Amino acid sequence: MSSSSPPPGAASAAISAAEKVDGFTRKSVRKAQRQKRSQGSSQFRSQGSQPELHPLPQLKDATSNEQQELFCQKLQQCCILFDFMDSVSDLKSKEIKRATLNELVEYVSTNRGVIVESAYSDIVKMISANIFRTLPPSDNPDFDPEEDEPTLEASWPHIQLVYEFFLRFLESPDFQPSIAKRYIDQKFVQQLLELFDSEDPRERDFLKTVLHRIYGKFLGLRAFIRKQINNIFLRFIYETEHFNGVAELLEILGSIINGFALPLKAEHKQFLMKVLIPMHTAKGLALFHAQLAYCVVQFLEKDTTLTEPVIRGLLKFWPKTCSQKEVMFLGEIEEILDVIEPTQFKKIEEPLFKQISKCVSSSHFQVAERALYFWNNEYILSLIEENIDKILPIMFGSLYKISKEHWNPTIVALVYNVLKTLMEMNGKLFDDLTSSYKAERQREKKKELEREELWKKLEELKLKKALEKQNSAYNMHSILSNTNDE
Amino acid sequence: MAGAAGPGTGAGAAGGDGDDSLYPIAVLIDELRNEDVQLRLNSIKKLSTIALALGVERTRTELLPFLTDTIYDEDEVLLALAEQLGNFTGLVGGPDFAHCLLPPLESLATVEETVVRDKAVESLRQISQEHTSVALEAHFVPLVKRLASGDWFTSRTSACGLFSVCYPRASNAIKAEIRQHFRSLCSDDTPMVRRAAAAKLGEFAKVLELDSVKSEIVPLFTNLASDEQDSVRLLAVEACVSIAQLLSQEDLEALVMPILRQAAEDKSWRVRYMVADKFSELQKAVGPKITQDDLIPAFQNLLKDCEAEVRAAAAHKVKELCENLPIEGRETIIMDQILPFIKELVSDTNQHVKSALASVIMGLSTILGKENTIEHLLPLFLAQLKDECPEVRLNIISNLDCVNEVIGIRQLSQSLLPAIVELAEDAKWRVRLAIIEYMPLLAGQLGVEFFDEKLNSLCMAWLVDHVYAIREAATNNLMKLVQKFGIEWAQNTIVPKVLVMANDPNYLHRMTTLFCINVLSEACGQEITTKQMLPIVLKMAGDQVANVRFNVAKSLQKIGPILDTDALQEEVKPVLQKLGQDEDMDVKYFAQEAMSVVVQRLRKLDLPVKDCDEPSAPGADKNHFLRPRGPGEDAGKGPAYQLCVNPRETLAHPEIVGLVHFSQSRD
Repeated sequence: MSSSSPPPGAASAAISAAEKVDGFTRKSVRKAQRQKRSQGSSQFRSQGSQPELHPLPQLKDATSNEQQELFCQKLQQCCILFDFMDSVSDLKSKEIKRATLNELVEYVSTNRGVIVESAYSDIVKMISANIFRTLPPSDNPDFDPEEDEPTLEASWPHIQLVYEFFLRFLESPDFQPSIAKRYIDQKFVQQLLELFDSEDPRERDFLKTVLHRIYGKFLGLRAFIRKQINNIFLRFIYETEHFNGVAELLEILGSIINGFALPLKAEHKQFLMKVLIPMHTAKGLALFHAQLAYCVVQFLEKDTTLTEPVIRGLLKFWPKTCSQKEVMFLGEIEEILDVIEPTQFKKIEEPLFKQISKCVSSSHFQVAERALYFWNNEYILSLIEENIDKILPIMFGSLYKISKEHWNPTIVALVYNVLKTLMEMNGKLFDDLTSSYKAERQREKKKELEREELWKKLEELKLKKALEKQNSAYNMHSILSNTNDE
Repeated sequence: MAGAAGPGTGAGAAGGDGDDSLYPIAVLIDELRNEDVQLRLNSIKKLSTIALALGVERTRTELLPFLTDTIYDEDEVLLALAEQLGNFTGLVGGPDFAHCLLPPLESLATVEETVVRDKAVESLRQISQEHTSVALEAHFVPLVKRLASGDWFTSRTSACGLFSVCYPRASNAIKAEIRQHFRSLCSDDTPMVRRAAAAKLGEFAKVLELDSVKSEIVPLFTNLASDEQDSVRLLAVEACVSIAQLLSQEDLEALVMPILRQAAEDKSWRVRYMVADKFSELQKAVGPKITQDDLIPAFQNLLKDCEAEVRAAAAHKVKELCENLPIEGRETIIMDQILPFIKELVSDTNQHVKSALASVIMGLSTILGKENTIEHLLPLFLAQLKDECPEVRLNIISNLDCVNEVIGIRQLSQSLLPAIVELAEDAKWRVRLAIIEYMPLLAGQLGVEFFDEKLNSLCMAWLVDHVYAIREAATNNLMKLVQKFGIEWAQNTIVPKVLVMANDPNYLHRMTTLFCINVLSEACGQEITTKQMLPIVLKMAGDQVANVRFNVAKSLQKIGPILDTDALQEEVKPVLQKLGQDEDMDVKYFAQEAMSVVVQRLRKLDLPVKDCDEPSAPGADKNHFLRPRGPGEDAGKGPAYQLCVNPRETLAHPEIVGLVHFSQSRD
């Protein structure tokens, strides 16, 4: 499905392939090109030229009767948009709008009783006109948020003030959700959520606070917001692999999950297992892993019985080639182990420690090191000690092997310490394992040989059956020549 | 496991129906359950082997239930499983039993991972064709219905792809149900499902009766095309192509065109991009009349869209659009309604737009004819040849053949040359590589004189480029030029210059001489090879750099077939023998490789052979290749390496013969 939609920067892909190849120059060339870039909204450029603005009188100078009327006039005036890609056009009007927006921000935050019922419509209209827009195609198709500078929103000087105004409006003591819900409805929220894909981190930061306030004040929208976030995440995981605001949305979710009532609804558990856990597979996990792990741990603190499925889920998606992600996974596992209940631990210790044992013997020293640090954690250590009979046999082989052959001396030193700790926990078992180590390896080798043997036999059987088939059609001679031809 | 597998040969040899019980399912399932994912994956990939060993009955009664139950595995394994099951009909006993494969595939069609689901759907579609009509209604349609009403979105998205395969063969009552299910998925709550439905709308429309298309598909299409999510709307554009093909012109005008017009002006650039991207298909689907009235104005708008992405997509379609216009009146339409916009694009601010245009603009010359090309297009070509972006220039140069046919390349050659020279010296090696690729084409069109005068020196300069890929391409380029201009030209122009490089102080350049000889010798023939090239190669056998020496050995092996036997016997062999004693093990290795080839050739010609104790090299020891090499050296490939493998293959034959004997006697 995703293949049929134009990828961001589809047209630019071709040329950047040519730029990419000279490995040495690539980054520097690109960096030089894209210093201080910014882009306007796709929506704006399709409009024609703008009418010139004329300054209205100051609100503070108006009489209280006129004030309301003037307030609305100013809101309407601020609905007019300007082209910020063109830095010389409409300079005067842009300045008037900026000053007006500033005035509006101050007006709603310092005055009481100015947010009257009749103003809601104009307020929301002004906000919508300014912030809701089709985000333009990213002009850097392989934007790497960790490396590259984000493209900034050109019209920020105005949009920032609009967001500021929006927040003051939502936070005002006069603000009444019961009136506002006529305007801030599902469609509004839907558009707001789309904006989280903005490349400008400043905008996403405002959006985060705004959405958080809306979630807090509009009880009727809560389920809808969760569902839409759910959809955004699923699209991100399974279709586009691209959405700039994942971290911000997760941050909001962290506080939402915190407030879930017990027992957890099936819907929430499903969200954990079918959305949050698969999110660990995303390419850009590093950008939102902290927030994601926080959400996961929040769930586990609410309901410990989720521990087993969560850990099994993580094990299923354990990174195979990306060491950086593997380190993150190990970090998350440690966070989970920090809050795990001993009974839950027993349920997953076997598969979990099989994975840890693989990590410990990773040739990437950061992975090995991260896994070995588990043995510095007092609580984990106590869990291991309680279950040493189970864990030691799983861990022993890898530890023993690395202690002999890992290339990195720090790892070898760490492994010695770990082995020592484990030996102290159960010396008898440790001795048994040491003495049976060689036999164990040999048994594994033998098993491997037997496997190969089995498959060889199966192949022969297949060949034989194929030949039998031929047999019915050809005589012996032709079979022989056929076989030789193959 | 050992116990089960051990007696395999014995039991098999005993004959009877023994071999089915040879490998108890438990053993095979053990394999499918192996702790190591890689091993599990390998086993799944050989699932057909397992099924074959079990026979059709046990595959149905034991293997498939197992596979259905243990669907929780790594996605990679599931993907392989989904793929395998699509070709399993024969292994479960043919079409009568095809429905046995549905349960595991149904579970696979509901998993989270998209690739697994898509593969499962693909396999289901494949298997649906193998069902009898009765089985289709009894087993397949119920499955589709279950998926379509599944709780989680994954099963519903999978269902979208299955309607069109079961609809044509279903009874009328069932057909109505299927349509009903499809309708509800088109207005599903989840955008993922709506997207899946929108993506399959066109396909589904094609198998429906015309009445239903009008009464049901068109309203669905209308809804999807105005969905709140642009990702859904853009898929409706794709469906538009299929639907338009099914309707009459009046219906088209009344039912579809309003939607298409709206899509071409959608507020989301992604939707407009899609319209531009599918433009040729849309054009064909709606026919010439609507194209003229509606699509051309829409296209003009797309060509001046505010987003570069959209303009570039539209620019790509310029040639196809013009080609597909009805011949009558085509020229006028292009000249009046398209060309003015193209002229604007030549100086677009975005290089991707310009380069998209440059990749197709030359094709317009054949459509517009000589006069128009000279008057209107040529200035555009010339402007693009001077464009600051190399890709634009390259795209123009790569399509020169179109213009050549119409006005001849001479019109361009004045501007062409500076453009070529600049590209030839571009800082990015990919750009240089691209222009080299076009050299033979250019040479053919510009003629030998122009080439010698202007371009030959460039071709020679590439031979000493500091990037190996360029030197390599330059070498191959020489061969193609020789094929074009002939041996005499090669002897006068190319060969002397190449041979001079054999004395270059840089060993990489000396190797280039060898690489050139490798490819040129065949094109130049025996005489030049023997008289001019061979002496140089032989002389280089004394080079101080080992890389040069073992390339001498490789070259000798390569040019061996071209040389006559005297030269082989008298000149090549002694040198190879000497290299065979080299102190460097790689030189030794390749010399021995070459020697064995030379000896073989001499033996074929029935000449007395001396000193050939070692027909093949001393084992293709992998350690040989660990030594660092000159850039671009790939010691692992080449005929010599294959030689070492061959004997083993012949060894395998007797075993197969033995098996054949056995199974014969058993029957």
